[in-house]
Parts: sequence; C-alpha cells; structure tokens
Amino acid sequence: MKLVYFAWVRERVGRTDEQVELPDGIDTVADLVRWLKGRSEEYAYAFENEGVVRAAIDHVHVKPEARIAGAREIAFFPPMTGG
Amino acid sequence: MDFTIRIQAQPFDAAAETAALTRGRLDIGAVVAFSGLCRDEGGRLAALELEHYPGMAEAEIGRLADQATSRWPLLGLTIVHRFGRIAPGEEIVLVLTASAHRQAAFEAASFLMDYLKTQAPFWKREHLKDGTVGTWVDAKEADDLAADRWR
Repeated sequence: MKLVYFAWVRERVGRTDEQVELPDGIDTVADLVRWLKGRSEEYAYAFENEGVVRAAIDHVHVKPEARIAGAREIAFFPPMTGG
Repeated sequence: MDFTIRIQAQPFDAAAETAALTRGRLDIGAVVAFSGLCRDEGGRLAALELEHYPGMAEAEIGRLADQATSRWPLLGLTIVHRFGRIAPGEEIVLVLTASAHRQAAFEAASFLMDYLKTQAPFWKREHLKDGTVGTWVDAKEADDLAADRWR
C-alpha cells in the first residue's frame, strides 16, 4: 500500500511517500495512524494531535473510522488552506 | 454542461477566461467572477508557496463542480487554481459561474469558493521579505463555518 504525505505532515515524517506492508489488525485509518505513530518519533510528532491530520483514500476525503482494505493510495495532510 | 477545471503553476488571464466561457453563447444572462489574490500581509510577505496533491486536486474540484451544477442551473463554469510560488498582487484562484439569471451564478460561486478553501487539497506556506521561510498557513474555523452553511 502506498502512503503519501503533504505540507507539514510531509516535513515532520521526513518523506513524500512510501510503500508499507501492514500487519494484520490494521483495518481502519485510525488503526493505521496508531501503527505509524509507533514507528518512530517523526511519525509520533506528525500525528501528535489526534484529529488534526486529515486523510484521503484513493483521492477521496475519509474519516478516521474508514476501512482501508483495497486502498491503493492513502494520503495524510493538514487541514486544507487553498483558495 | 461543459466545465473547465485547471490546476496550473502559470498565471491566468481572468478576462480571457471569461471571454472563452461566454463566446458564442446567447443564453447566458449572468457571469460571476471571483478572483483570489495573494496579499502582502502588511508588507511582510515576499510570496506564498502553494503545495497541492496532484490527481486529488483535480478530482476534488471536479466533485465540487458536480455538486454546484446539480444545485444551481448553471450554463458554464470555469475553475482555475494555481500552485507553486505566487507573489503578492498575483491571482491564486479564479471561479467563473454563468447562468441565465444572477442569483444562481452568485450563489454557486460563493458555494464553490467556500468548499475550495476547505476541501480542495492545497496548502499555503509563507515566504517572508527577510528571506526566511515562514510558517504554513493555519486553516481558519471561519472558513469551515462558511462551508457548513451550505449543508
């Protein structure tokens, strides 16, 4: 599964994208965030404030309870500031 | 209905975009144009840097355009959003809505801007006049509230 990061989430994580093999039991976006936070200080810092970082599965905004089975690309980013 | 959505680094010409939208059309009675410009924030800012999520930006704006055209009887729609480095005084975003009567065009343009600001995957970072890279611009609660009123 491909993960991509944008803006200050990208800077804190220290990479633009990566391929990950998820262990069993990671079923939702919230599960994935919890797993990422346990990987290193960088991920823990990026996701330190629960609920601030937004997620999208295959280019569609999703909530933390969204299931990730079958996802090709999951993105994490701060609240949008376009326009 | 045809609509035009472009995500681009280069500047755009709002007048030319409006002319293209209305050329040869005799049914359009109203065009509302909204341009969003980069401010210098009291002289502090050298530029804004806009990061975007390629692929999702086009998809999300397309979904917003679909919502607008299903809610209002639009006859034409153009959305152009820039990314990259944008200097104060330059345009960042353009929304053009065309309809037979003005109310639909006004409301659809306002709806689109409220949702572009809160749903389209773009992020702004400040570059300051003293040469330093400033902070990422925080999302505003007022923008979320503005979007909520269309629900």
